[in-house]
Amino acid sequence: MEREEVAVRHVMERYPATRTNLLEILHEIQRAEPRHYLSEASLQAVAEYLRMPLAEVMDAASFYSMYSLTPRGRHVVRVCVSPPCRLFGGEALLKALKERLGVEVGQTTADGAFTLETSSCLGACGNAPALMIDGELFDDVTDAKAAEIIYRVRREDATR
Amino acid sequence: MPRGKTDPKDSARIVLANCGAIDPESLDAAVAAGAYEGLRKVIAERIPPQAVVDEVTRSGLRGRGGAGFPTGKKWSLTAPGAVKYLVCNADEGEPGTFKDRLILEGDPHELVEGMILAGYAIGAREGFVYIRGEYTRSIERMTRAIDQARAAGFLGERILGSDFAFDVVVKRGAGAYVCGDETALIESIEGKRGFPRLKPPYPGQVGLWGHPTVVNNVETLANVPAIVRRGAAWFRSFGTPASPGTKVFLILGDVERPGAIEAEMGTPLRTIVEEYGGGVRGGRRFKGALIGGAAGAFVSEKQIDVAMDFDTPKAQAGAVLGSGSVLVLDEDASVPKLLDEVLEFFEHESCGQCTPCRAGTAQLVRILRRALTSERRGEDLDRLVALAQAMRDTSLCPLGQSPILPIESALRHFRDEFLTCAVPVGRL
Ligand SMILES: Cc1cc2nc3c(=O)[nH]c(=O)nc-3n(C[C@H](O)[C@H](O)[C@H](O)COP(=O)(O)O)c2cc1C
Ligand code: FES
Repeated sequence: MEREEVAVRHVMERYPATRTNLLEILHEIQRAEPRHYLSEASLQAVAEYLRMPLAEVMDAASFYSMYSLTPRGRHVVRVCVSPPCRLFGGEALLKALKERLGVEVGQTTADGAFTLETSSCLGACGNAPALMIDGELFDDVTDAKAAEIIYRVRREDATR
Repeated sequence: MPRGKTDPKDSARIVLANCGAIDPESLDAAVAAGAYEGLRKVIAERIPPQAVVDEVTRSGLRGRGGAGFPTGKKWSLTAPGAVKYLVCNADEGEPGTFKDRLILEGDPHELVEGMILAGYAIGAREGFVYIRGEYTRSIERMTRAIDQARAAGFLGERILGSDFAFDVVVKRGAGAYVCGDETALIESIEGKRGFPRLKPPYPGQVGLWGHPTVVNNVETLANVPAIVRRGAAWFRSFGTPASPGTKVFLILGDVERPGAIEAEMGTPLRTIVEEYGGGVRGGRRFKGALIGGAAGAFVSEKQIDVAMDFDTPKAQAGAVLGSGSVLVLDEDASVPKLLDEVLEFFEHESCGQCTPCRAGTAQLVRILRRALTSERRGEDLDRLVALAQAMRDTSLCPLGQSPILPIESALRHFRDEFLTCAVPVGRL
């Protein structure tokens, strides 16, 4: 707990304490947090740092789809479900990923490695379907390619 | 960068001229390709800000963010004030659109220079580029380009030894389509949730932190350096009198070569599909296209010769140029299925601030699905149109006013398909 607070403080203090930095601070706290989410304690700390009511921090944190208020896996997989991707392979890809990971959208695998989410258009629709893992974009994602990416991430985790 | 890009020789290139040709992480490479020449010219020749506004007005440049508002006019209409802001809208969320990403990743210095020139023209000292949070690489490249430009004296105090000071800050979005709306984007930069503001007042009067603010799209601003460097007359040698210049088109769906192409404004849809896109995949029949993304409109094969500029699609086909996205459908594509996806997108992205949009977007999905399994499809489809019309008239922001366009156009061209299609649409 103690260490977490120090980490949050460390992230925040890289930014001047003005409200315009709220989104940036939330992004960075979420990235630094091993479970990639915004805990109540973090939001409280942000509210104090920016001298804002907690309710208004919550308001913003819950509005944007890239923030999570519940713990997630070590890696977040976001499959594009906007119309172009959905029509050109995205629907099948999401189904295949659900089966491969054994989770529904919004859930985390039992080993805590992956959370499956959906995303709006990732700007890769010339090469649909697309997905993103931890900020890295992949396009032309076949089921085989998805399997390969998942395997690679698992292997990297194991050697860490 | 999306592969499958068509041959650059095939098209007119202004904003994408250097994309793919230079190392986007190198300032030297950008400068060797002409970056910051427009800025140098303005400073060296002591061209006053108003003259830059006038040149852009004369060029006829119109906003590439979708609506086509004249850029010079937008700059002129900005209220006077000691503090003004320039905001570059890089939230690019319209499904099927990735033109701004190509510029942000492929030639970030072109955008930085465009922002500096726009800031100079309107009298701003500070600019923000709001990039959607999902665009990791765009954020990295823009951040680096800004740092390089500052170190080289193109940004900061006393730019190129003059009295002009201007700086740019990168702001990251966090996943909300509605933040592409200029007033929601301003709220988001202020550190709030992205609820659109009521207009008027427009951002040019009351914008970021209450100060006059110009919001321009990435592609719009990326055109500015070339206009300043080469002049309005040169710019007008591309495109049409009412829509001068070029446009980046995104070609996707059932085509042989999906990708991006920069072509003159007014290029016929047929050229975009057949030449640049390589034609419909497998030599199949062109059934139609969804143009401009989810907030766009459907056209049918009868409209394949429409000129793609700001005004002709509206006048001749009840469509819009929008973001420049062209989603091509072949003879087997299902328009009801695509419309279902589009309506689902709006339901998901409605920000929830106003009831007509929040409740309406959910209702649209339900009514369409019911219509496709009902005995009285025609009546249900009419209800769909009526609701979308009511939303257009009562929603607070353009998001809730958008669904009428794809709905009405889909039914105008493909009503028979909606009346007879066998498979009810549905999701996983
Ligand atoms: C829901 C919604 C989403 C929008 N998304 C974008 C966007 O992603 N990029 C953009 O430049 N403009 C977007 N716009 C239009 C902006 O409000 C604004 O008109 C534009 O940034 C102005 O720039 P321009 O004059 O250079 O075209 C959106 C508008 C709405 C209502
Ligand atoms: S629709 Fe999936 S990346 Fe654009």
